[in-house]
Amino acid sequence: MKLYVTEIAKYVIALLLFLYTADSFWALTKPYESDRKIIYTRQIFCMFGVQLSCFIQILARTGKVAYLFFFLFQIVVFASVIMLFYVIYPDANKLVVNNMCMLLMIGIIMLTRLSYEKAIRQFIVIAISFVIGFFIPELIFRLNVLKRYTWIFAAVGITAIGIVLILGKTVNGSKITYKIAGITFQPSEFTKILFLFFMAGALYKAKDILTLAKVAAVAGVHVIILVLSKDLGSALLFFIVFLALVYIATNNIGYLFMGLGFGALASVIAYGLFSHIQVRVKAWLDPFGNIEQAGYQLSQSLFGISSGGAFGLGLYGGAPQSIPFVEQDFIFSAIAEELGIVFAVIMTLICLSTFMHIMYEGYTIRDRYYRLISCGIGVAYIFQTFLTIGGGSRFIPLTGVTLPLVSYGGTSVMVSVIMMMIFEGICLIRNFEEAEDEIRRDRERDTRDYYYNERNERYEEDY
Amino acid sequence: MREMRDTRRTTRNTRPSRPTSIIVLSVFYTFLFAAMLVYISYSSTVNKQKYINNNYNTRQKILLAQNTRGKILSRDGDVLACTETDKKGKEVRKYPYGNEFAHIVGYASNGKAGVESFANYYLINTGIDLAEKVSYDSKKQKYPGDDVTTTLSVKLQEVCCKALSSRRGAIVVTDPKTGEVLAMVSKPDFDPNTIEKDWKGFLEDKSDNANLLNRATQGLYPPGSTFKIVTSLAYLREHPKDYEDYTFTCKGRVSEGDNTISCYHGEKHGSLDLYKSFAKSCNSSYANIGLSVKQSTYNDVLKDLMFNDRLPEDFLYSRSKAKYKDNMSKGDVMQLAIGQGATAVSPMHMNMITAAIANNGTLMKPHVIKQITTADNKIVESYGGEEYKRLMSEEEARILTEMMTQVVEKGTASKLKGLSYTAAGKTGSAEFNSSKSDSHAWFTGFAPAEDPQICITVIVEDAGSGGSFAVPIAKRVFDAYFGIG
Repeated sequence: MKLYVTEIAKYVIALLLFLYTADSFWALTKPYESDRKIIYTRQIFCMFGVQLSCFIQILARTGKVAYLFFFLFQIVVFASVIMLFYVIYPDANKLVVNNMCMLLMIGIIMLTRLSYEKAIRQFIVIAISFVIGFFIPELIFRLNVLKRYTWIFAAVGITAIGIVLILGKTVNGSKITYKIAGITFQPSEFTKILFLFFMAGALYKAKDILTLAKVAAVAGVHVIILVLSKDLGSALLFFIVFLALVYIATNNIGYLFMGLGFGALASVIAYGLFSHIQVRVKAWLDPFGNIEQAGYQLSQSLFGISSGGAFGLGLYGGAPQSIPFVEQDFIFSAIAEELGIVFAVIMTLICLSTFMHIMYEGYTIRDRYYRLISCGIGVAYIFQTFLTIGGGSRFIPLTGVTLPLVSYGGTSVMVSVIMMMIFEGICLIRNFEEAEDEIRRDRERDTRDYYYNERNERYEEDY
Repeated sequence: MREMRDTRRTTRNTRPSRPTSIIVLSVFYTFLFAAMLVYISYSSTVNKQKYINNNYNTRQKILLAQNTRGKILSRDGDVLACTETDKKGKEVRKYPYGNEFAHIVGYASNGKAGVESFANYYLINTGIDLAEKVSYDSKKQKYPGDDVTTTLSVKLQEVCCKALSSRRGAIVVTDPKTGEVLAMVSKPDFDPNTIEKDWKGFLEDKSDNANLLNRATQGLYPPGSTFKIVTSLAYLREHPKDYEDYTFTCKGRVSEGDNTISCYHGEKHGSLDLYKSFAKSCNSSYANIGLSVKQSTYNDVLKDLMFNDRLPEDFLYSRSKAKYKDNMSKGDVMQLAIGQGATAVSPMHMNMITAAIANNGTLMKPHVIKQITTADNKIVESYGGEEYKRLMSEEEARILTEMMTQVVEKGTASKLKGLSYTAAGKTGSAEFNSSKSDSHAWFTGFAPAEDPQICITVIVEDAGSGGSFAVPIAKRVFDAYFGIG
């Protein structure tokens, strides 16, 4: 009986996630929220269906009642988040909210299986992030003054990551965290947000060569500090966001190629200078030849991804714990192993569809400042996803960043939720722009009609 | 409402142009992700078996905790390896035939070898139905792993083992029409039942025994006169029409500068054509042929016959070595032509060349695994009947078959003459030590010559001439196969 349940659940999970994701892409063809009602209903059904089937699998394999309460609690929290959001922000992009919840749910399910304790901690962080997150769209909508603090954002960001470089604790060879009042922070995550606001503020009006040079210098300082902290993933992320935003602000692809060329050159130099980069590249080229040391993580990750097959070994059916740091850097491998390659691929497509929706908002909004922030969020999100999944599957060298919204990590999850909420605030602004246009057009039409009538009247009089 | 939306749409189109940069970036990342996901799906599927066999992969242990290792069976269903649970509940791998199948079936501990190694993935996985699994669960039993049916014949394997007795050497028996390996013996051997206990002793053994080495696939031997097959093929390539006009007068030796090639035991063969040179295995004549063949022709033939190249084998194997180098002296060329010098061949490779001759020039992919079945007899996978590649033309294969038949009728393999079946083959007495006159005894051939069913390659180390020591072994195996005696 137990076996039947877990086997059937495998296929149900994959099917529901597929239906969910198909709707995420389908929604791209329907830009107006009012046309998407049926899509949202279907998605919410599939979302909770996936969660339910996964927990049935977990309960069948472990038989622990505690998990049932945890599961019920999650349903309550996620359902109320979605409902509240629909009520408070009816004009926001609810598809991205759905995707965010779906990815958070998948993360919690996988964490419950890997480490119940970590799952609970993650869940608490998620709940707090939501509470904070509810205010953010409204704040973004109202605080137009943000545009003025450009250089202050940069200064705060650099200070934050600078302090870590000097005082931070070295964990796994990188200095990325420090503790305040018993809570460990990873400032490079928060700095990501500040960096986006800085870039947007600096570039939304002026795009002359002098401004670009100043922005490049400040971005360079960020990147250098992160490289020195051995946080290669974040360094690369900041660099890519910088390039993307310069490109969007100027609409000149020349800058992009120039930047990429410079980046390639800098990578070669960095490769020669830093032994930890050489180790990463070596492990990437031949993970099995270096399996006892540098290649161990990557080899184990590859074993995990390949062992699941199309529909996975089922939760608790594999050995994802054999991958070091599986909860943070290799959650994708764990998902591929136990929920299957099909599931893992579809989940990645959810990430891609989220990116597309964010970029679409950036494309439609008229305010250049918010356009840059929106696109910055999109690029930062998708590039980080690319670094984690590509790194864990040997598509690119490993850099050790988390999979946004899915991986374990308090700061990472909180920052990811906040970024999505900032995006929702930008959606409100775009809606407001459209409403303004509407009013202006109405007024123009009224005036036009007025003159037209008047002229007609005069005409008649003359006649 | 509808009206309002329409006006919205029209105004959107009239807005100032949007940055194309956002579209470019979105399309770029979409393609990047598509490429990555295709890569992940493809590489994880293709490498699945390889990864699970990696010793650092703990999933092997999970599978073994869940499934009992499957059985390895002969072509007729005899159990060659199985797992039994002893009284204490400990699983023990049993090999009922002991040493007989040591190298080919291999062992499942100490790093694995043979069929146990390359069929490991199937042996530790199970393909039984869900319902079956449920019934095993209710009995609190492990699931049975999938069984591997090999192409091996217990009868032929036994004959080969006995025929080689205590000598060092190897025998490979295949079916040239299908590529099935019927028997494979390498001596000295070991008992896979006690391999864990004996392991250290084998590793510390510094003698030439090398019990763990599968000489049939990993052993590289000077091919001696069996290599005249290769030289003949090169000559046929250059003289497709007039090869029958070849003549040579053997005076027991031929000299070129400081280098002298002698015939076996200095025998003078007199006046010879190509067939007779081959049948009598005349070194002088073949040295002469070797000098006449162009370097490019020779190297092309070597390439076609897979020398210095990968072989279609699942086993651990050594690549054969043979090359007509650019600055070779005439003496070295003569050595090459008669299979001496730096040339080295594995018995399995020699068998593949012979099998291709027997099968009209086409090599069938050699394989030991016939079928994978679940414990409830569902077929998971079957192998066989797959062409690997054509090594020579049909006409060339026909001529070589005729030449090899004459070896039996009028030449060095006369011990196979006058039997109920017509055999064809080539002997070899390969000198492996230039200071002494010791030689490895070779025979490679097939039967019946007109419709080949069985192809055999024998090497007996340090035994003497192929005709006296290897041919009788081949005869015993042929006899057993055709049910004589």
